Order: sequence, then C-alpha cells, then structure tokens
Amino acid sequence: MIALALRDLRLAIRAGGGFGLGLAFFLIVVTLVPFGVGPESDILARIAPGILWVGALLACLLSLDRIFQLDFEDGSLDLLATAPLPMEGTVAVKALAHWVTTGLPLVLAAPVLGVLLHLPAPGHLWMFITLLLGTPALSMIGAFGAALTVGLKRGGLLLSLLVLPLYVPTLIFGAEAATRAIDGFDNTGPLMMLAGITLASIALLPFAAAAALRINLR
Amino acid sequence: MELTAQDLTVSRGGVPVLEGLSFTLRAGEVLVLRGPNGSGKTTLLRTLAGLQPALRGEISQPPEAIAYGAHADGLKATLTVAENLAFWASVHGLSDIDVALDHFNLRGLANRAAQNLSAGQKRRLGLARLLVIGRPIWLLDEPTVSLDVASVGLFADAVRTHVAGGGAALIATHIDLALDAEVFDVGPYKADPNAAQGHRTAFDQALDGALDGALDGAPL
Repeated sequence: MIALALRDLRLAIRAGGGFGLGLAFFLIVVTLVPFGVGPESDILARIAPGILWVGALLACLLSLDRIFQLDFEDGSLDLLATAPLPMEGTVAVKALAHWVTTGLPLVLAAPVLGVLLHLPAPGHLWMFITLLLGTPALSMIGAFGAALTVGLKRGGLLLSLLVLPLYVPTLIFGAEAATRAIDGFDNTGPLMMLAGITLASIALLPFAAAAALRINLR
Repeated sequence: MELTAQDLTVSRGGVPVLEGLSFTLRAGEVLVLRGPNGSGKTTLLRTLAGLQPALRGEISQPPEAIAYGAHADGLKATLTVAENLAFWASVHGLSDIDVALDHFNLRGLANRAAQNLSAGQKRRLGLARLLVIGRPIWLLDEPTVSLDVASVGLFADAVRTHVAGGGAALIATHIDLALDAEVFDVGPYKADPNAAQGHRTAFDQALDGALDGALDGAPL
C-alpha cells in the first residue's frame, strides 16, 4: 500500500503528472474574482469564504479523471486488481495520493490567497480548518466518481456531472462554517456536519468505488 | 501447483464465447493456447486471472496464485525501468529485482525512463515483471509481440527456468517458442452465440411472457 502511495506521489511530481494543476487553477480563480466583482473590500470580504470554497472544489474536480484513467489505459489497473492488495485499499490509497497532491496544497494556499479577497482576520485560520476537514471528502467522492467512469472515453464531462451534486453538501457546510466563524457566530453545527461527511465518505466510498472498478474491468 | 478448469464457460459482455472448457495445467508444464483472433483466448485468460467471473464452471486456483501478463504492460512512462520493477515487486511484498533485470538484459537500461524505451524493450520490462512478483502460475497473452528473435529466446529461457522450478505457464501465442509444450486449441469450444438465450434471467422470461400475452389480447 505504501509502495502504491509513493508511486502515485512520484508520478504526480514528475513531468506531466498534473501536480500544481489544481493549485494554478485555484490561484487564477481567486485572482480573477476581484477584477470581476470590483475592488470594494467589504463586498469581497463577504464573499471570500464562498469564493475560496468554490475555487477549491473546482480545482479538485479538474484532476479527478486522472485517478484511475491513466492506470486503466496502460494496463496497471488490471495488474493492480490481480495483486494481493484489496481493491478497497487501492482505491483508498489512490484517493489519499490525490488529496496529498491536490487537496493539501489548496488547504495551505487558501489562507494566503484569502488576502487577495480581503478575508477578515479570523477567516484565514477558519479557511484552513474547514478546507482541511472538507477536502478529503472531495478526493474520496471524486475517486468514487472516477471509478464509475473509468472505462469511458473522455468520461470527464460525465464524471463532473456525477460528482458535482455529491460535492454540494461539503460546499454548503464548509463555506457556512467559515462564514459563521468570521461573523462571530457559533459554527459547531456545520463543522460537525462537514467532519461527518468526510468521515462517512472515507468509511463507505472505498467499498462502493472498488465494486464499481471491478465491474468496469470486466 | 495445479491449475484445473472444469466445464468452464467464459463470456464477454454477457455473451458466452467459449463453453465446456476443461483442462489441467500441472506444475512444471507449459500449455500453449491457440485459436484464431477473436476466439476468446484473452477472455479465457482474464477469467482465469480472476478479472471477470466465469458464467459456469470451476477454476481450481485462486487469483492469488496467478500472474497475469496482458497486452498492456502496466508501465509508467515517467518512472525508470528499476522503479517500475521495484513498484510491482513491493506491491507483491517482495523486493528483489536484480534477477529480472539480468535475465531480460535490462541492467544497462535500469535508470532510463520507461518512456524512452523502444517497443521491444518495454515488452521485455513488462515480462520482467513476472519474475519479480513471485507467482507460480503465469497466464500470458501474446507475450512475444514486438520482441526480436534474441528477446524471444530470453523469454523462452525465463519460461523454462520458471517451470523447472515448479511453476506453470499458460501462454496464448502464435509463434513457436521452442518449448516442450502441449497445445490446447480453443476452436472446438466456441460457444453458440444463440446460447445467450439460455442465460436469460427468470425476470426476462416473465417479462417476455407478459408482453406476448398482452400483444395477443390486443385488437389490431
């Protein structure tokens, strides 16, 4: 399992691996929003948590089809399926590798990029916390969607359509938790819901994704 | 290590392609699988490897005993030859790749990225994977594609060493590997495409019956 995680990380970092794609997209979205909305700092400050969350979500979506598609095309997925590693473990490890290369950089960049959007003071910490809690769910749900669409040629559109509705609860509770904290309200409720979605995804979706992969490999 | 198939029916996309297959592959034996293109050799190998379920019949070995060598080699273009091999070894809980590098004459290429290999070199690397994962039964699908005569010789040597050590190999190929092997022709086991009818579920039949009944009663 560790070998698979290390291989996926190494592949992501090497040339053409797609590392930084999500991060670059996130950076572009966040820098363009002030141009589109206008420079009024109070408007920007109010929409900042939402923009950061939507940006992170879309950046995550961008690299989802790479999770299984490349391994499927070069035959690795067949060979992994016949390896002693359980398919559920393969899915979980690949989702983890996706999170480390896509989700984690977004978590670290969001507080910094918040400055561009006049994110008010406690918001930086809360963006970090909510994204840290929420992005693992994005990777895991995405891995499930990628497993469902793995055999399809140019299945990216279908993958986005499948996954976007599943991302909505994470987005709502994540952005809500950050906004409430910034406005000085208690945000335990949305924070708990966010953590619950992430834990449930990690607990259940590897099994669903593994089943989908087994069927798609037939 | 003996691989036995009993009355096996394999299917592609739900349609049976080969039926009634029975054969035994004993330790130390090589069985060469023959049959025209599209006759179901790949489907049979994938079924034996546990990648798809058989429609009917028994396979004596669990997929854990089987190394499957497909058309695609499962190589990562940006990893080096040694990294590719070491990955497959460690996924199977092993670490020794030296024997495989030496056997397939890849030592000089060990630090080259797989994307810079020729087709034949890639194939050699794909076959070297079989030596690092330590599984007793090899199922190989056209293993000699894009190999030159010398590399085919290396491959045949690897198979000979493997079976001499108590392993077994089932190889779908059209060329003569100069191995002491029995030939198993899948031609006679070709399934009748209409036999798919026989595998319909009770639900389908009930639905058809209901539809026929409804149409008979309908005024035209």
